[in-house]
Amino acid sequence: MSARGDRADAVRADAVRLPPVTQFGMLSLALIVSAGIYLSAHLPNHVPLAPAVALLSVSALLLAGNLLALSRVAGFAWRRFFEIARWALLAYAIIAGMIEYAFLRNHASGGPLIVLSLSLVVFAIHVPVLIGFTVARYEEPEASR
Amino acid sequence: MAHAAVSSPGVDVADGAPAAALERPDFQIVPRAGLPIVAVVLGLLIAGIAVNKLWPLEFLHVVGGAAWTVIDLFLGFILGPILGKLSVPARIELTTRLMPKMVLIMPTVVTVTLAAGWQLGTHLGTVQSSYHLHGWVVASFIVVGVMAVIALGLLEPANIAVLTELKKPRPKPEVVERLMKRFIYTAGATGLMQVATFVIMTRLAAG
Repeated sequence: MSARGDRADAVRADAVRLPPVTQFGMLSLALIVSAGIYLSAHLPNHVPLAPAVALLSVSALLLAGNLLALSRVAGFAWRRFFEIARWALLAYAIIAGMIEYAFLRNHASGGPLIVLSLSLVVFAIHVPVLIGFTVARYEEPEASR
Repeated sequence: MAHAAVSSPGVDVADGAPAAALERPDFQIVPRAGLPIVAVVLGLLIAGIAVNKLWPLEFLHVVGGAAWTVIDLFLGFILGPILGKLSVPARIELTTRLMPKMVLIMPTVVTVTLAAGWQLGTHLGTVQSSYHLHGWVVASFIVVGVMAVIALGLLEPANIAVLTELKKPRPKPEVVERLMKRFIYTAGATGLMQVATFVIMTRLAAG
């Protein structure tokens, strides 16, 4: 890592110690993408839902874990986080809605539709969390203002 | 255009004395003038999916995919190395003019490409597991999935974060540089994966 990268880390580390939100977020997204690929790769055949449900469940747990871990960070810049994340949430809700529309347009139904729709919910929440976190981590700690 | 100051790295002065400052153009993180264009493009996508005809779906998927590929390759392999060699003021000026456009362009282009592509595959029957090149189609899902995770988890947050940092009264240049590097490297990584997309898509088109 560069000296400036180290300096940026040091600047942040001096302020607050942060959990690995980005890493968990990317893993969570990878899991729901895997679930989506698993389901779509077997179309139009009936496919056991258990693997997709398992992937989705772990992904949702990672989302919950990320939010819980962030909530325990003292001095985290929540104001900045929500300022960014709410607009990102709006944008990604629209994108998720477009994808859901494509599913419905193609008569997706039953278990696969539920799994795909819940995957979209995780996607539409987790991406804004990652964006809000990446912005807020470089803010001055709220307590030090 | 309004300008603001950015401190150069290592030249901040303590005790409230003025730091050496660089000119920084004013900008919008999300360029509002571009939002109607995004709305029109998404409207075309909805219409394309609704009518489910070959030509509009092919148009949206090919144009969106071409834009996505070209932007990734250009950013990762042409503009990225150039950006790294620019002076700090030039880098900041380019960043404040380029990155807000990326905030609107990339999610729009990716959504159009993927949604139109899925509908096109459904229309042509190429997403069915009975399709004789199904393995190639699944490979394209995997490549796109990896690109999506990189773009959503690293690239897009870095894009927003660098713009937010530059909006501050006194941005930290080391943070801006770190985030810009992350943006350019991830754009390069997805650019490399676009080469795999070329291979898969040309194979599918060849039948």
